[in-house]
Amino acid sequence: MKDEITREDRVANLKGMGCSRKRVEDARFTQGKGNYVDDIKLPGMLHGDFVRSPYAHARVKSINIDAAMALPGVVAVLTAKDLEPLNLHWMPTLAGDKQMVLADGKVLFQGQEVAFVVASDRYVAADAVELVEVEYEELEVIVDPFKSLQSDVVLREDLVAEDGSIPNGAHGPRKHHNHIFTWEAGDLEATEQVIDNAEVVATEEMYYHRTHPCPLETCGSVASMDKVNGKLTLWGTFQAPHVVRTVASLLSGIEEHNIRVVSPDIGGGFGNKVGVYPGYVCSIVASIVTGVPVKWVEDRMENLMSTAFARDYWMKGKISATKDGKITGLHCHVTADHGAFDACADPTKFPAGFMNICTGSYDIPVAYLGVDGVYTNKAPGGVSYRCSFRVTEAVYFIERMIEVLAIELNMDAAELRRINFIKKEQFPYTAALGWEYDSGDYHTAWDKALEAVDYKGLRAEQAQRVEDFKAGKTRKIMGVGLSFFTEIVGAGPVKNCDILGMGMFDSCEIRIHPTGSAVARLGTISQGQGHATTFAQILATEIGLSAESITIEEGDTDTAPYGLGTYGSRSTPVAGAAAAMAGRKIRAKAQMIAAYLLEVHDNDVEFDVDRFVVKGAPERFKTMKEIAYAAYNQAIPGLEPGLEAVSYYDPPNMTYPFGAYVCVMDIDVDTGVPEIRRFYALDDCGTRINPMVIEGQIHGGLTEALAVALGQEIAYDDMGNVKTGTLMDFFLPTAWEVPNYETDFTVTPSPHHPIGAKGVGESPHVGGVPCFSNAVQDAFRPFGNRHTNMPHDHWRIWQTANNLGMHD
Amino acid sequence: MSNKMHVKLNVNGQDHEFLAEPRELLIYALREKLNITGPHVGCETSHCGACTVTMNGKSVKSCTVFVAQANGAEVTTIEGLGTPDALHVLQESFKEHHGLQCGFCTPGMITRAAKLLEENPNPTEEEVRFGIAGNICRCTGYQNIVKSILSAASELNAAKEAAQ
Ligand code: FES
Ligand code: FES
Repeated sequence: MKDEITREDRVANLKGMGCSRKRVEDARFTQGKGNYVDDIKLPGMLHGDFVRSPYAHARVKSINIDAAMALPGVVAVLTAKDLEPLNLHWMPTLAGDKQMVLADGKVLFQGQEVAFVVASDRYVAADAVELVEVEYEELEVIVDPFKSLQSDVVLREDLVAEDGSIPNGAHGPRKHHNHIFTWEAGDLEATEQVIDNAEVVATEEMYYHRTHPCPLETCGSVASMDKVNGKLTLWGTFQAPHVVRTVASLLSGIEEHNIRVVSPDIGGGFGNKVGVYPGYVCSIVASIVTGVPVKWVEDRMENLMSTAFARDYWMKGKISATKDGKITGLHCHVTADHGAFDACADPTKFPAGFMNICTGSYDIPVAYLGVDGVYTNKAPGGVSYRCSFRVTEAVYFIERMIEVLAIELNMDAAELRRINFIKKEQFPYTAALGWEYDSGDYHTAWDKALEAVDYKGLRAEQAQRVEDFKAGKTRKIMGVGLSFFTEIVGAGPVKNCDILGMGMFDSCEIRIHPTGSAVARLGTISQGQGHATTFAQILATEIGLSAESITIEEGDTDTAPYGLGTYGSRSTPVAGAAAAMAGRKIRAKAQMIAAYLLEVHDNDVEFDVDRFVVKGAPERFKTMKEIAYAAYNQAIPGLEPGLEAVSYYDPPNMTYPFGAYVCVMDIDVDTGVPEIRRFYALDDCGTRINPMVIEGQIHGGLTEALAVALGQEIAYDDMGNVKTGTLMDFFLPTAWEVPNYETDFTVTPSPHHPIGAKGVGESPHVGGVPCFSNAVQDAFRPFGNRHTNMPHDHWRIWQTANNLGMHD
Repeated sequence: MSNKMHVKLNVNGQDHEFLAEPRELLIYALREKLNITGPHVGCETSHCGACTVTMNGKSVKSCTVFVAQANGAEVTTIEGLGTPDALHVLQESFKEHHGLQCGFCTPGMITRAAKLLEENPNPTEEEVRFGIAGNICRCTGYQNIVKSILSAASELNAAKEAAQ
């Protein structure tokens, strides 16, 4: 049989890895036919709404629900008392702590959930919230983690023994009643010795402010308890639906097979939707109590005030070097403000996430990291906002320390980076704080980036600008922001990564239909990343069926195989690997079928794009479509009918994407307004599955980085009032403030990943934040700036200029 | 709260009549009463634009319009812009240029963009950026949204020219 189309066309028809396939998700979204949690409507459904604490720290003396219950349309008002008999007034957090579902005797942060009103519609529920009378007795508020560690005020009475002693926490000994854990990595003694004897030492303190992922869709859930069948169905904004099912089962006592958790379309996650929130629990309980479905969807203010802050790290660094700039040691201490409950979504053994990647992209012989977690009267959370666990903090820290060291050495910061990069031949490289970097070629990426932006030219221009400014010819100064980052993503190897004891593998199950189309289900869930498009591309290349014939399903725990979900850029590194491995199992069976059909030995056929061919006789072949049909319709000796495969992938290592970013910025010193003139981003995420989707991820991640660096924060006053609870005060950039980005890439595949992919969604955020911040700070460097804290909003930039005497 | 009023709305060419409390918001009536769930709620404070619809020929944020104010109005939502068989040019170009990710902002964004191109059929990039500054997208960084809108504009203009 002769083939009618060329091999090239066959490859193109597959729409496999490497092509910019248009997204299959878009048809429904562009027509307003997405199905988000708030779009779910069930017969008889009720609506829940929270009574929240106006105080950051107070005793709850009484709650009177009579007036609320008397309002027509109100069905129930739940308080901690109602949840206590079910043992649901508290719940475990992902970090090994526990958290109040509804205020149990006291409140610990403003916006904390106090009572849950269930009513016929949203308006009635909101009216009833106003009618619930809560009597509070105010307590002293602590919003500063350093003061918290000195204070006599006990925030968490539940964590102090009756004799006043302080029992260990989930991560070992606690030093004070408001202390959560100490976590250390590296060699303290050796690091101190190196730094004490170093030729040059730079020290700096920096605050990585509290912020929030703030996806456009807030969090919500719909719970439906079917009392006839004993089945609970829970729809919600879950980045990890399977984990939610397991937690729901452990909490409620309902057996796991009787719980179905569904993540419908999710309107962005960025880490906000990893955790388990009181709203989810209350909607479940309310549905059990009322016997009808109950919906809970938070509003924007509730979202910013109560679900999942990010960052809030006070970091202190010391970096030592030789006179000519070779880094010899790094010391980092973090005071981590975790708020009222430790609800960080980190793998269990890493209470400070992967902060120990803070040696960055540099060959630093010895290092030490110590992190102290602290309770304060702020909202719980500590999620990874568009980054792998605490990696943004780590990369910000080292990229600022490098800049400060460059100032100390009076050296160019690009050159300082270059002479300290881990060299290509050093990979796999074991860093001083323990991680084994899989692959990298930093020098090539750096040179490419610097050349692309004409780095030398930029520095010359900047020097001229400084002169012009000093001569009074301009009021605009210029900054060149640099960052080189190494991410650590794809959590992760089950041997050291688990959440609540569940290993962080992921999964893919493929079913090929007789006519040669397929459905594949994975343990992850897209929140805009385009999994339905890109996972089909991986499978298309692996199994030789067009991506257009492969449906991807995620997010329904009744049908999808167990997996740990989508966050920390783990989908491609882990589930993407599972997809490739499952595809290879399909191919292995297909090979046997093909050999049988072609009447040759198994080893005499080989895979070629979309078919198996007889080696040396390419005109003799069976396409994957033919093979699929035969798998179901022909009795093949020694083979079961059907063509299905499942793979659970436990990654041998994390993956380490990296990148080189440059930002050119002009700053008006009189208004404090920064203007981004140019942003160049080179990313190396290993094998590239869909360049269009990759670029989209980079644009989005950079924009979230711009937000964080230049203005976005969750700020509190001394009374614990949230000062940034609406989008009026919480900065989300519009199209007007955002530049066009230039994207570029190198490709250094991961040696241990089946297709060499490393993950990309979070790199631009991780690399972007220090790049924007460094641009601001670099502009002021010639005028004496060493370090100023983010966010660099117009007011703070103006203040920096003012402090440096630039308005005199 | 039973002082309900009688409201008439024409949405996407279809007449609707229903009872509503005067305090009820247009977005609520659309989503909860008429099951038109294309427009979304992202903030309820007029900042995000996820709820954008066209009301009597103007882009409005339906989270800050009382349904009482909309009484008698003509409203167009994303559902009224195109059909599966005849998509609006913007619906095509957003897909073509990867102008969306999670899709939550998309209905409001496209509805706004459609109005913008009616107001200004030949916008510059700057005018597009300014014209959609009331619509927040958390995923795309806007670059591809701007590209999608500019490309739709040239396509619409080319079609107009060809028709003349
Ligand atoms: S929901 Fe209307 S502007 Fe945000
Ligand atoms: S695509 Fe997610 S908010 Fe715009």
